[in-house]
Parts: sequence; structure tokens; C-alpha cells
Amino acid sequence: MTSSIKAKQLKTAFFSALLVLAVAYPILGLKLNIVGIKLEVHGASAPVLWTIFACAIGMFFWQLFRSQLGNAWDAVPKVPGVPSSATNFLTLPSTQRWFVLALVVVALVWPFFGSRGAVDIATLILIYVMLGLGLNIVVGLAGLLDLGYVGFYAVGAYSYALLSHYYGFGFWLCLPIAGLMAALFGFLLGFPVLRLRGDYLAIVTLGFGEIIRILLRNLTELTGGPNGISNIDKPTLFGLSFERKAAEGLQTFHEYFGIAYNSIYKVIFLYLVALLLVLVALFVINRLLRMPIGRAWEALREDEIACRALGMNPTVIKLSAFTLGACFAGFAGSFFAARQGLITPESFTFLESATILAIVVLGGLGSQLGVILAAIVMILLPELMRNFSEYRMLLFGALMVFMMIWRPQGFLPMQRPHLELKQ
Amino acid sequence: MPDIYHFLQQLVNGLTIGSTYALIAIGYTMVYGIIGMINFAHGEVYMIGSYIAFLVIAGLTMMGLDSLPIILIAAFAATIIVASAYGYSIERVAYRPLRGSNRLIPLISAIGMSIFLQNEVLLAQNSKDKAIPNLIPGNFVFGESTMNGVVISYMQVLIFVVTFLVMAGLTVFISRSRLGRACRACAEDIKMANLLGINTNNIIALTFVIGATLAAVAAVLLGMQYGVINPNLGFLAGIKAFTAAVLGGIGSIPGAMLGGLVLGVAEAFGADIFGDQYKDVVAFSLLVLVLLFRPTGILGRPEVEKV
Repeated sequence: MTSSIKAKQLKTAFFSALLVLAVAYPILGLKLNIVGIKLEVHGASAPVLWTIFACAIGMFFWQLFRSQLGNAWDAVPKVPGVPSSATNFLTLPSTQRWFVLALVVVALVWPFFGSRGAVDIATLILIYVMLGLGLNIVVGLAGLLDLGYVGFYAVGAYSYALLSHYYGFGFWLCLPIAGLMAALFGFLLGFPVLRLRGDYLAIVTLGFGEIIRILLRNLTELTGGPNGISNIDKPTLFGLSFERKAAEGLQTFHEYFGIAYNSIYKVIFLYLVALLLVLVALFVINRLLRMPIGRAWEALREDEIACRALGMNPTVIKLSAFTLGACFAGFAGSFFAARQGLITPESFTFLESATILAIVVLGGLGSQLGVILAAIVMILLPELMRNFSEYRMLLFGALMVFMMIWRPQGFLPMQRPHLELKQ
Repeated sequence: MPDIYHFLQQLVNGLTIGSTYALIAIGYTMVYGIIGMINFAHGEVYMIGSYIAFLVIAGLTMMGLDSLPIILIAAFAATIIVASAYGYSIERVAYRPLRGSNRLIPLISAIGMSIFLQNEVLLAQNSKDKAIPNLIPGNFVFGESTMNGVVISYMQVLIFVVTFLVMAGLTVFISRSRLGRACRACAEDIKMANLLGINTNNIIALTFVIGATLAAVAAVLLGMQYGVINPNLGFLAGIKAFTAAVLGGIGSIPGAMLGGLVLGVAEAFGADIFGDQYKDVVAFSLLVLVLLFRPTGILGRPEVEKV
């Protein structure tokens, strides 16, 4: 190895180490503390400082010996990976359909044996599955990046909450209304914006999500402002309430069947309602995918210019995907309001949008099984890692970057229906 | 004529904030102009910059230094260095491996990066608001009195002077220097620039560093103007600046400057008419209106899609 290459490597290594120090030391190594009314700067604890220092040294040596290490790594015999036939099998639409079916059967049976807390978390997961499936239409199938999906979720939630609060409408009546309201908002927002290129859409929808939240927070007379709306009615089973004491004109579930009151009935019922909504969403989306409109979504995602050339109207196709996605968010929102009993504008921040987007992306754009699995992972992991809860979002961000670099197609992408010419 | 005074006062306030939006917006517009992606983490670079500025100001005050020029120069220097390091590292870690993939993918990576950086600062510095006293108190008064006249604080004057100098410097750099020419060549046609012997990887990194530098300048200025920072301020500043970039026509540097000023003024008047809490709503509504009637922005060129 010539000395000039060596010198260049040394320079790069030194520069990289300095970069690590410049990035890590000021933010992690120094701390702004409020002392009285003044701000003071203190160093972080010794282990933190040593870690930063060690990282810089590590970076230096890694950059210095990178090519040698790379050669050594290539020489190591590789562990055989997952055979391609297995991946092929797992990503086939027919396999995934069976997987979904199996999941549904499991989901139907287990709540009767699960604990109350577990069923509750499962209900939350189902809400995110629903949101993920809805966003999957917009992002995964039609290829439109929507960063304000939570806005439609909020519209759905507040539609039910307000109708129930002011007019006493029940859940089952409000569910379609909430979906329609969210779809209407999607239509009104999408109409002007969808004629534009994709990046603008991302930012306009982001702005829309924020506008909705700001309006909900500030229209205090109507929406209760930052305190939100509380005491939202739970869904009923054909008029049977699951509370201990029924409201006037209603009968309770345990009285009607003559069994003792148990609060777990309510939890399981909510879970089953959520499951029903998810199944309806799955069914509708699966049917739509086989219709011309579903095919048009995917075609548009792949090549907009070719679609135009074939005489399709991109605006109408995009608008249908956008509106339908918003509609599912509305359903999920009204169920969320019913389950929580209390909604505030702070439930609908950009972070929610990012979480839903992460579910769609991690699952594999366009794949419904992927969305379901990703929703389970994304909601269950933080619940299991309660000890790490403060590092949760940090890991979440890092995971999003890492996934995009390592496996941009997601955990379980779905194969497109295609034919191959065997030679 | 109190109405005129009121109008002028709002105009001055709007232009002050707008000029800092413009600084951040240039970072978005330059990156978009070259690699066609929204650098979603740019707002977080701005947020980190304001933390560095506060660290320097608080640290130097603690050491008993009270010479204003030294504090200012140190704050600008340190903030620019650290923010550039962040700009460069973000490009290296989160965007460079994804070059040439589907447009959605770098954007999602950028969102992840943004969440990561926000939480890094949140964990290291906790979520409390941090405040510093106004370093440059005092103001010029035009008119009869502070109540009946236009008040321009020294801080606002500093913001105008610094942003003007920085933008003038950037314009000269882009139009006259070799590297600036290389930047323009990359924005025109990155493949061709590569064929002609320009190291496009370095130019892209340089764009990120320039963007981070300008965001750092804005961070010092706005940090001193508002006097309060927290780890969440990058998000809103980021989308505001992006709005400014789109307003002016994304990809165009003079457009970003103009867009920032327009947005700042619109926000000031909007807040005056509808109330302060609807400031952001005004900004986003303006964005939707501009996209409706002039999708290429004020100074943008219509883009021709090539097959």
C-alpha cells in the first residue's frame, strides 16, 4: 500500500473522529440546567463522556482499517440466508391470504381466554391495523405520501364525539357519519392538491393535520378546547349497554341475559367491534383491489405518465384512493373516541401520523399482512419495553432510518400478480 | 396616524421573522434543487443549532464574559460548526445509502431521522423550556412614542443586518465561485455534471453543509429574539420554512428568500387579524392557496416531466 493512500485514509479517519465528537459532545456531553432564573452549563456524567470519547476513537480506527476489515469480512464464510424459495412462498398473495385467515381465526377465539389488559391492548392494535390498512390504500397502493392522516382520524373521532355530546346519537349511527365526514374532508383537501406532484402533497397534508389540531384546540366553545370531550358513550349491542347501570330507556347486557355484571364483557365486546371493523376494511379493500379502480391505483403508482397515455384520469384515481383512505381513518377515529370515552386534540399529533406511516412502511408498502404484523410489533413492543419507554421514540426513529437502508420493501412485501415466461 | 404606524409595525415584525424563515428555507430549496428530496430533518438541525447557541451564551456568561461581540461571534462560530457537522452526518447516514431509490424512501428515512434527533435532544437536555435574558435590550422608536409609533428593537436590526449579509454572501458564492458553479451545474443536471468530472457526492454534501450553516445562523438569531427554546421547536420551524420554500418556488434560491419574507409578513398580519393562535393556520392556508393558483411558486420554473 502506498504512503499517499495511507495518508489519505489517516486524514479521513481523523476527520470522521472529529465529526463524531462535534455531533455528540455538545448535545450529549453538555447539559443546560436551570438554576434559579439563570441557565448554567454543566458537563454530563463521566460514563457519558467516556462513551462519546470511545465512539470517536472507535470511528477513527474503523475508518483507518476499513478496507482491510472489509476484506477480512468477505473472507469469512457466509451463514446461509433464508432461501429465496421461502421468501418467494411467503410473499405470494395466496399464502398471505391464508396467513390473514389464520390470524383472523386466532383473533376471534383468544380474547375469551386472554386477560383483561391483553384484550385491551389488542383492541388498540386493531385500531392501528385499521388505520394502517386505510393509509396503505393511499401510500402503499396509490403511492401518495400522506403525512396528515391523523387529521382524518381526528375528524372521525370528533364527529362521533360531537354528535353524541350535542345530539345524543349512538355509536352505530355515527360510525358511517364519521366515515363520510372524514371522506368529505379528504375529498375537499385532495381536490386542489392531488393535481400537484407528490412532494407537495406530503407537505400540504402535513399542514392540514396541524390545522385540524390547532382548530380543535382553539374552537373552545364547540370542541372543548385543550380539555377535549369526555364521557363519550360506548357502543351498544342492539341497544344493550355494557355499563353496570343502563341509561334511561336502555337495558344492560348482563340483565338481559341474566348473568352477573363483569367489566370484562365490555372489554371483549369493544375488541370484537374493532375486529369486525378491521374485517370489513380487509374485505372491502380486497374486493376493490380486484376492481378496475384498484388496478388503476397500482398502475398510477408505478408510472403516472404511462397511465395518462392510456387515457386514465390521474386526478380522479388519486382522489378516490385519498377519499377512501380518509374514510377508513374516520371509522377508526369514531371507534377510538368510543373506546377512550375521552378525546383531546393532543391525541392527534404528527407523531401519530408518523407511527401509522411507519406501520405501513415497515410492513411492506401495499401488503396487508405486512401492515397487520407491523401494527402488532409497533404497538406491542413499546408495551413490553416499559422500562425503555423513554428511549422508545429514539429507537423508533433509528429503526425507520435503518429499515429504509436495509430493507426498504418492508418485513413482508406482497408480490404483484405477474406471469413469467419460462424459457 | 396610528393606523399607519400599526401597519408599519406589523410589516417590520413580519419581515424580521420572515428573513429568518428565508434562511432556513434556503437549506430546503438547495437540497431539493439538487437531489429532489425534502430534507425533513432540516428543522431539527435548526433546533440543535439553537441549543448550541444557548449552551455557548450560557457558558460564556457563567465564565464571567460579558463582552457582547465576543459572545455573538463565539455563538455563531460554534453553532455553525456543530450544525454543519449534523448536516453532513445526516446526509452520510440517512440519505446517501438511499440515493437513486424510490422517492418515498429517502423521505421516510428523513422523517425517522427527524424523530431520532428530536428525541436525542429531549433525552440529553430534557423537555423543559430553557430561557435566556435579552442580550441586546433597547430599541429605536420612530414616531411620537412607543405606543404611537414604530418600534424597532436592536435585536431586529441585528437580524436584518446578519440575514442580509449571509444572503448576499451566499448569492456571491453561488454565482461567482467554482464550487457555486458546480452546485448550479448539479441542480441543472446531476448526471451530466458527474460526467463532466464534478464530484457530485461532495457537492451534495456541501449543499447539506450550506443549508445547515444558514439554519445555524437563523437558530442563533431567533434563539436570541425569542429567548426560549425546547426540543420540539424544530418541527414547526421546519414546516414553516418548507412552506416558504414552496411559496417562492422550490429549487430557486431567490425564491426561498422572497417566500420567507412573504410568509413572515402574511403571518404577522394574519395573527393581527385572526388572533395569535391562528398564525400557523394562516401560514398553511397560504401554502394551499399558492399551490392552487400557482403550483410552481412565485419564482419557480414550471417543471417538464421527462419520460
